[in-house]
Parts: sequence; C-alpha cells; structure tokens
Amino acid sequence: MAIEIEKPSSVRLSKVAISKTHGEDSPYFAGWKAYDENPYDEIHNQSGVIQMGLAENQVSFDLLEKYLEEHHEVSSWGKGAPGFRENALFQDYHGLKSFRQAMANFMEQIRGGKAKFDPDRIVLTAGATAANELLTFILADPGDALLVPTPYYPGFDRDLRWRTGVKIVPIHCNSSNNFQITPEALEAAYQSAESMDLKVRGVLITNPSNPLGSTIQSSVLNDILDFAVHKNIHLVSDEIYSGSTFSPSEFVSIAEILRNRNYKDAERVHIVYSLSKDLGLPGFRVGTIYSYNDDVVTTARRMSSFTLISSQTQHLLACMLSNHEFTQNYIKTNRERLNKRYDMIIQGLKKAGIECLKGNAGLFCWMNLSPLLNEPTRQGELELWNIILNQVKLNISPGSSCHCSEPGWFRVCFANMSEQTLRVALQRIHKFMEQRKVCSVNQ
Amino acid sequence: MGLLSRKATCNTHGQDSSYFLGWQEYKKNPYNEVNNPNGIIQMGLAENQLCLDLLEPWLMKNPDALGLKRDGISIFKELALFQDYNGFPAFKRALVDFMGEIRGNKVSFDPNHVVLTAGATSANETLMFCLADQGDAFLLPTPYYPGFDRDLRWRTGVEIVPIHCTSSNGFKVTLPAIEQAHRQAQKRKLRVKGVLITNPSNPLGTTMARDELDLLINFIEDKQIHLISDEIYAGTVFTSPSFVSVMEVLKDRNLDQTQVWERVHIVYSLSKDLGLPGFRVGAIYSNDPVVVSAAIKMSSFGLVSSQTQYLLSAMLFDKKFTKEYMSENHKRLQKQQKDLVSGLEKAGIRCLDSNAGLFCWVDMRHLLKSNTFEAEMELWQKIVYHVKINISPGSSCHCIEPGWFRVCFANMLESTLKLAIQRLKSFVSSIAMKSQSHQELKSLRRKARNNWVSRLSLQSFYDREQDTTTEVSFSYRPHFMSLSNIAATLDAAA
Repeated sequence: MAIEIEKPSSVRLSKVAISKTHGEDSPYFAGWKAYDENPYDEIHNQSGVIQMGLAENQVSFDLLEKYLEEHHEVSSWGKGAPGFRENALFQDYHGLKSFRQAMANFMEQIRGGKAKFDPDRIVLTAGATAANELLTFILADPGDALLVPTPYYPGFDRDLRWRTGVKIVPIHCNSSNNFQITPEALEAAYQSAESMDLKVRGVLITNPSNPLGSTIQSSVLNDILDFAVHKNIHLVSDEIYSGSTFSPSEFVSIAEILRNRNYKDAERVHIVYSLSKDLGLPGFRVGTIYSYNDDVVTTARRMSSFTLISSQTQHLLACMLSNHEFTQNYIKTNRERLNKRYDMIIQGLKKAGIECLKGNAGLFCWMNLSPLLNEPTRQGELELWNIILNQVKLNISPGSSCHCSEPGWFRVCFANMSEQTLRVALQRIHKFMEQRKVCSVNQ
Repeated sequence: MGLLSRKATCNTHGQDSSYFLGWQEYKKNPYNEVNNPNGIIQMGLAENQLCLDLLEPWLMKNPDALGLKRDGISIFKELALFQDYNGFPAFKRALVDFMGEIRGNKVSFDPNHVVLTAGATSANETLMFCLADQGDAFLLPTPYYPGFDRDLRWRTGVEIVPIHCTSSNGFKVTLPAIEQAHRQAQKRKLRVKGVLITNPSNPLGTTMARDELDLLINFIEDKQIHLISDEIYAGTVFTSPSFVSVMEVLKDRNLDQTQVWERVHIVYSLSKDLGLPGFRVGAIYSNDPVVVSAAIKMSSFGLVSSQTQYLLSAMLFDKKFTKEYMSENHKRLQKQQKDLVSGLEKAGIRCLDSNAGLFCWVDMRHLLKSNTFEAEMELWQKIVYHVKINISPGSSCHCIEPGWFRVCFANMLESTLKLAIQRLKSFVSSIAMKSQSHQELKSLRRKARNNWVSRLSLQSFYDREQDTTTEVSFSYRPHFMSLSNIAATLDAAA
C-alpha cells in the first residue's frame, strides 16, 4: 500500500494522505482518463470515446430549465434581493427549515406516500459522498467493518474507508439468483469478518442497486433488517436512485418496511439520499442523511459542519421542491424517459446478442459479457474491457471495479448522453459483436 | 441496539463549551430592536454584516451571475453537472487574484495550488487529515478560535498542544513559549507535525509582526515540520500595521523553492472578508503538489456548490467592485471597532490594541472577584444572563490568563452596539457601587469582628497571643460559625 517515497516531503504527510485507499488508480477512474483525453462529440469528434461509465442523469434538464425560466425569483432572492442578506449569513447546521421540509415532501412523493419523513430528522450534507462517510464515522470506529453486498459502487472504497479507517467486508452475490442478497450470504460475510477479527458495525445497501440497476425486493429487505436486528448492528440504506425507478410501484424503501413494523427496531436504520441522480444536479452538492436514531441525528448534524450545503443552493431548491405541481410532473416524466432509454439500450444490446440483468431502475444496466471472455477470470475481464475502451471506444465499468465475484459483467450508463449518441454507441457494439462472430467462425 | 462510534459519543465536538452555550442562550432570547429590546445581544459571533448592502446592488446589476447564464444564455446544465473536484477554473483564477489583492499584490498565487472546500472549517480538517496521523499533534498559540478543538481534533484524532501567550507582551508568540510547547508535546509522547497560526488572530484581532513570522519559519525549518497559516481574516485589516502573510516573508527571505516553502500552507475563506458564511467557500493553498493532490481528492467530501462558484467567480472578477468593496469594508470595520473601544474605555474597560478582525480582545481582569477561571465564568454568566450580552470568555479560547473576553462588533447595527456599550457601562457602575458598599460593609464587619476577637482574646489572654482574625476564629469555632453566618448574610445583602 505504501508508495515509493520520491520526495522527502511525502514522509511528513499522514498515512491517509499517501495511501491508495482513495481508489483513484482503479480502472473505474482509468477509463475516465481515456475519455478525458479523447471525448466523443456528435459534431467535432465522432470517433472519440463515448462516456458510458458516468452515472449521470441528463434526460430531464429541460424540465428544470423551464421551471427556472418561469420562476426567476428562486435564483435571485426576489426583486431587490430582500432575502439575500439573511441567506448569505445562514450557516446553521440544522439547514434551512423550508429546504428540509421540501426534501421530506419530495422523498415522500417518490415513495408514493408509502412512507412519511420528518423534516427534523433530515441532516444535510454536501452530497451523498459526504453523507456516507459521515455515517461511517458515526457508526463505526477505525478497524471496524461494514458489510456491503457486491457488486457495489466503486466510490464506496474511498467514501467508507479512506479517512475513517473502517473496512468493507463483501456480501457476495451472484448471477444464480440475479445477484439478490440472501440470508446465507449475509451470514457468510459476518463469519468472514469475525474470522478476520473485525467487529461488524453495520450493513450498507444501495437500493435501487448501483451497479445492478434493480430494486431490492421487499422480502429481501425484511431479511436484511432481521439480520441487522439479530446481530444488533446498523442498517444504512443508500436510496440515491429511488426517484429513478421506472415504475413507482416497484421500489420499496426501507422506510416502508419500518412503517409496516410500526417502527420497531427503527433506531438502527439510516437512509442516505441526494439530488445528484434523480434531479441530475451533482454539481450543487445536495445530500441528506435521514436517521430514526436521535443520537445519530444530533451527532450527524454537528459533523455536517464540515460539509454544509451552500445556503444559496438550499434556497433555490427549497423553492423548486416546494412546488408540488412541478415535482409531481418531474418525477413522473423523469421515470418515463429513463424507462424509454432503458428499453432502447436493452433492445439494442439484445440485437447485438448481449444479455443484461433484468433491471427496473437507475441510470445504467448490468451487462453480461462473460461469453466473450478469453478466460473466466478478472484478467480476462480486464483484457476485454481494454479492447472495448481502446478499439470500440466506449468507456464502460468492469465488474471487478465493483468487486463483483463473477468476471464478465459490466455496468453501462445510458442516461448521460443524447439519444443520438446512445444510438452511435449501440451501433459500435453491434459492429464489434459482428466482428467477433466473424472471427470465431473463421477460427 | 448497536453502539455508536467513539467519535460519536465523545465530547470532542466541543459543543458543551461556554462558546456554544452562550450561543444557545442567545437563541432562546435574541435581541431585536423592535420585537425584543430586552433580549440578549449577540457579541459572540464573528460575522461581518457591515457590507452586505454593497453586495445587493451588485447582484441586481449582474443578473446573469445569479440566473446561471453566460451572455444571456443559460448554462444551468453545465453548472448542474459540474462536480469536478479540481474546481471551476474561472472561480479559482478569480479567487487567487482576490487573495493577491488582499496581500497588496506582494505575493501571487497559482490557481493550480488551490483546493476548494466547503468553508475554512472543512479546509482546516482536511489539512489535518493530510499532514498528521491519529495521535500526532499540532502546536497552536493561545488564545485560539474555540472551533479548532472540534475542527482539528474530532474526526482526525490529532491533538492540540498550546503555545501559551500572555498579556505581558501583547500575547505575541515567543521562542521560549514555542519551545516549551514542543517539550510539553514530547513529554506527552506526541509527535509534533506542525504549528497552526491564525493571522490575523482570532480572538486577538491583531496581525502578526514580521519577527513573529520569522521566528515560526525558523522553528519549523529547524524541526522539519509544517506551518499552517489560517488567513481567513486577511481582508479585515482596517488599519496599520498592514497585513504581512507568511508567504510574503518566505519570499522576502528567498525561501521560495526550498523545502520549507513546501511545508507552509494557507487556509482562506470568503466567510469573513465578504460576509458570506452561508455559501461555504473555503480554500487550501499549498506549495506541495503531493498535499494539493491528496487534499483535492479529500475535497470530494465537501465540495463548493457549482452554483455558488459561478456567482462568486463573476463577483471576484469584477475587480473595480472588489476594490471599492474592500476599501469600504475597512472603513466600516475601523469605525465600528473605534466605537466599541472608546465606549468600553468610558466604562473603564480596556482592549488589546487591534488592527484587524471582527472583534476586540477585552480586558476585564479588574472586574473579576479573584484571579481565577471560576471568577471568569461567574463574570461571564452575569454578563450573559443579567447584562444580556453574549461574549466569549477567554477560557473557551484556552487563554492562560483569566479575565479576557472576545467581543464581536461587526455583526450588528451601530445602534445595537451603542446599546450594548450602555448596558456594559451600567453593569460596571453597579459593580463599582457594590464593591464600594461591599468595602464599607467589609470594614464594618472587620470592626465588629475585631470587637469579638478582642473579647475572645481577652478570655484566652493568658493562653495565647492575639493573632490575625482567621487564626482566632479557627480556634474559637462556635463563635466563628455564628460570625460567618452573620458575615454571609451581610454579604448576600450587599
């Protein structure tokens, strides 16, 4: 883990600073670099690398822009800027009450009213990245472990471990049952942690899942909660993609499970949310922690001092999200458009002879290229990934960067580009698959 | 139910300190000119509210900056998607120019060495994570900003060892004090990774002299450790001596491009100079590319909103505006400080001579019942609960001498400041009166005691010599008890 010490000054930096736990040397980020050096452009660079490794939602911007055009005052504190002063001075870590209220309402709408959220339990952070790290600081001590189902978002390696000193122990899931989390897998992970002398402090799930692009079933959520109760540990549910479920009825939040149980055992459950995916606003840095545990809420609030949301941004979003008509329409339209994109990519991949995991949410699909591997190993997967990046010129994320235990799976994003670009990407994949068929026939 | 982490259950967040308690009291009963004229006046919050009226017209004249447009065309999408931890290039360029201006352009900054963070709170913590391991220590001159106890220590596990400064030399940092702190750290088996100074100082309101900066540079050079200079108040220097940044001193000594150059890091923010704490705009500036690289990655945990970066890049690029703003800012700060200092003087209270910051370091030692921190707390409680002014006691800033208080002046109207001064004047007069009548009562009591003592001593005349009142009263307990009860009753009545 230690790097070569080239400069004397490195010796004087902290272990955290010189460690590689930020994870930026993984292929997940290497592909980004290749894209940065030769980015596809519809007009200026048609042979460039198409970015399909970035889970961004660009399909509904027009709705946001229209809202802002029609409501100038939300960006400017009204005529003569009467609210500017108060807003500029507002650094209370409780956050703007109107914004928390709006967030609570928005989260309820996404869940079709099947769960209720108390604005006073909402803690604001600069993005879900900060929320996840903050929760880890609160729930675990350095050297402790969190159990995380694989495959998982590569950023967790940094967010949950880097500065906190906490370890991730994987809950292995595989394609035999569509990568669902089973009680056996949970128990195996727990035992594995124990055998390494690690104290397990909690389970962290992402629902809907990144990178799978599917929601976790209600029965599985119940199993996970039962497991957490049985082991007396925490349960963190990162629901950052909750608004990106194509069909509202298919998403079940842990909040609903708790409601059904009359909130028994709720004090061990914490939800993470953000506007980066559903509203497509990653630049504004808006994340939240929702906890049913008073001590966690109090501590998280204090810790959020290190990662507050700009009051200017809180103000803008409080106005926008309080507009019920706007949010209803946005949530509905966004779902429909994502669904359409998903169908488009699935059909296109199918035509090219590629299967994907059945998905119903998110900004990506989980593509199975295991039949194409030279060897069913991580090495084989990386070789294929390199070919796709450098020859087909598509940046997609290899399953190994998501810690998938089965080689050959890839996460492919579809919402961060125009429909035209997606068509071009699908054409390239088609061509690539055709060429491989020809090659294998000739062999 | 699973327990929370040690970090969650410890007190290192510091929220039980008087610094925050005073704040809480203020929130329960906040002064308002119209609605609550008897409420608590907040003088414990170092905010700059004097020039926000200058920002408002600028905003009206620059609707594009607010409306997320460039030349009238919406760039909302571009900004909404911009989450690059390298920061908005235009904003970093504008920020380094602004930082240079504040330092009279005697130093220039490279935008590639800037790391943007959500406030200086985040910048300071991030630097700790980069420069020190759990259990290491940083030396800080006292008195220091109470928030450092949380910002530097809470999640990082880093320790603070104080460099004690005293009023004997205007609280300046001295070599013996630094060396003493270093020895103290070693005694506690702590590895010292650096020194952190705030320049201009919070809570002193003074800029560091060149010789102090020289001293610090020599020290870190010798010990091969880091120096962090939190220059968050750099733009609040309203009178001479002018601000000298540690970067300037390094340059003047031709130490740029040497190893020590790479161990000096600056923290900055727009919360104090521009009065925009809500926008969460902080920065780390380092000459060490490894530190910049690590800090940039860490800034993922606290990025500045792209909406805010865009607005402020436009504002800071308007150099004509920022020049006028800073000039007016200094004028208003100077006037408000003068009003506070002269008002307090009339009440018989002196302040440390200051030329910067949003507060004064006020000497109330003469108002203490005894030269102790208990007496300081007692005085503080009286001021918060009876005089109804929230100020910060020196002990919350780790000052080694009891009786000093930080009093903020830039977060209120002139009229509120006048009222606060009036309240303090009345309070001081009442103490003077009490103390006068207390003195009278004390001498009455002394006379009474002496009578008792003489009678008692007459009784024991053959056994012992007449002595001081205490010794006599100790020997003759029953009488002393009744004496003390009477004395206590008299005291209470005073």
